[in-house]
Amino acid sequence: MTDQTQILEAAPAAPSAWQRIKDSHLWHSFTRDRVAQISLAIFVLYAVMALFAPAIAPYDPYDPSQIDILNSEIPPSWDEAEGDENFWLGTDAQGRDLWSTILYGTRVSLMIGLCAVALQAVLGICIGLVAGYFGGRLDSLLMRLADVQLSFSTMMVAIVVLAVFQATFGTELYQDLAMIMLILVIGIAEWPQYARTIRASVLAEKRKEYVDAARVIGLRAPRIMFRHILPNTLSPILVISTVQVANAIIAEASLSFLGLGMPVSEPSLGSLISSGFEYIFSGSWWITVIPGVVLVALVLVMNLLGDWLRDVLNPKLYKG
Amino acid sequence: MALLEVKDLEVRFGLRSGEVKALRDINFTLNRGERLGVVGESGAGKSVLGFSILNLLSKPGYIAGGEISFEGRNLADLSAEELRSVRGNRIAMIFQDPMMTLNPVLTIGEQMVECLLAHRKISKRDAREIALQKLKQVYIPSPETRLDQYPHELSGGMRQRVVIAIGLLMDPDIIIADEPTTALDVTIQAEIMELMLELCERNNVALILITHDLGVVSQVTQKTIVMYAGRIIEQGPTKEIINDAQHPYTQGLMNALPQMALPGQRLNQIRGAMPPLQRIPTGCAFHPRCNYVMETCKHNLPGFTRSGGCQVACHLVAEMKREEAAQKKAEEV
Repeated sequence: MTDQTQILEAAPAAPSAWQRIKDSHLWHSFTRDRVAQISLAIFVLYAVMALFAPAIAPYDPYDPSQIDILNSEIPPSWDEAEGDENFWLGTDAQGRDLWSTILYGTRVSLMIGLCAVALQAVLGICIGLVAGYFGGRLDSLLMRLADVQLSFSTMMVAIVVLAVFQATFGTELYQDLAMIMLILVIGIAEWPQYARTIRASVLAEKRKEYVDAARVIGLRAPRIMFRHILPNTLSPILVISTVQVANAIIAEASLSFLGLGMPVSEPSLGSLISSGFEYIFSGSWWITVIPGVVLVALVLVMNLLGDWLRDVLNPKLYKG
Repeated sequence: MALLEVKDLEVRFGLRSGEVKALRDINFTLNRGERLGVVGESGAGKSVLGFSILNLLSKPGYIAGGEISFEGRNLADLSAEELRSVRGNRIAMIFQDPMMTLNPVLTIGEQMVECLLAHRKISKRDAREIALQKLKQVYIPSPETRLDQYPHELSGGMRQRVVIAIGLLMDPDIIIADEPTTALDVTIQAEIMELMLELCERNNVALILITHDLGVVSQVTQKTIVMYAGRIIEQGPTKEIINDAQHPYTQGLMNALPQMALPGQRLNQIRGAMPPLQRIPTGCAFHPRCNYVMETCKHNLPGFTRSGGCQVACHLVAEMKREEAAQKKAEEV
């Protein structure tokens, strides 16, 4: 036994975290995939824009004292006839600087998207884990619940809930709570996406021996579920998360466009598009088109990142 | 009092096609520090026995009757919480494939610390210290580094050592090892078995070794149980069973060892295969494959006959013993 110990050479020193990332398959694939690189770069740009909006934006669109109605509908500054170099991307119908408003709007959209997805994920992961791990009647009950939830389209649920809320509590209160309401509605409406994915992975993981081993050790069920099974199901969670954030941003934009989202005083990208829509035929195209392009680009890069992650994390799709 | 006593254990599986008895009339005792081997072909119910001791049978299996007493307490009567404090703490289990039993996304250290924290109120630092000690006990080189490594960074034999270290963490009274060396290559197998033997002896731990390798059983254990189709057919001191197997099935198993075949010849085998549990033959379950089958074997279930230190469930052995006794009597007269 002792001479055998000597034969085995000492284990190499544990590599640093950065070294681990550099050695990983994820990083390798990332360095070779131009689309993923560009997408991530754009997404980081968006994140920086959103995070530092107050510092970057030349005006504060939420401050009425900085808005002058006389400045309304000024076209972007490259329009030499009517443009104003104080307003790079022009102004909207209320005289707000469009560039500042877009920065703040991106912030609102991303915030709603991320928070709504966080809520979906928490709900969906808990329900999916419980359903998959305990199985039996509880599983059937929870999954039928998910089926029912899925049979209502997200938009329908959101429109009904938000419209009823607006009607009962008045527009005043609604405008104050708009962001929280949107997060709640979009978050709750889409939990089955997560629950189903997680449940499927849990069913596969549950049969593996390490789960038996954890039970043999005498661990409690919640500990086994969250500490042992959940980390093994992370890759599908990661993939649907990127897609779901994009979906949530789109859902918020659609609701705002329908007048059920963020109020005009605190516009998201969606409500900005919506507010400019009335003026598009009077020639003020930029109020709608520019936020529209910003929104499309944001959703597009998120979806591209999601696709890339799915390809990388799914060994069956491994292309070498 | 025996450490573990199994009495008339019966395990069934409620399948769609009907109830199937996976284990019947299982009786044995295990004393502190004693090492017991459980052998038999695939499907004999060896693993089910291991799982049922810890009450870990997964659906549709369940314990239909009998008693499993650990230190005088019937494990079936314990609440889920009490049972949890027995699992891993007093009775540990080691599985076949170390690749599968270690969680791939947690480091060795995390898994060991977690086990300790689940049963003892100690700080993480102390838990890590104990984990380190146990890794040293199983002769893992540079254990400090290994603690922070993931299972995939270790070799197969190293992983099984880690699994054994985890089994030893709580200083259990019994270790149930379910084919602990099957997934390893032959040279490592011997090392691991030697290690387990050493650890059991040093810590006075009882061992239930489930295997189909009679060679391993003869090296490590003191008592042996031979199982066939869910029943014990022969049990007794390992030495007697290895040197002088009574039951035709045990003899067949011995003959089937590769070292029993002559060079250039085909390996010996027991003809036929283990019957599926749904269609166990009447009488002695082994009779369709037995070379010495008699008429009574086909209809009557054999009881246990004492032969030396062993108990054998076989009509033939019973008859031979009867004749022996009769002869002795005749001589005396």
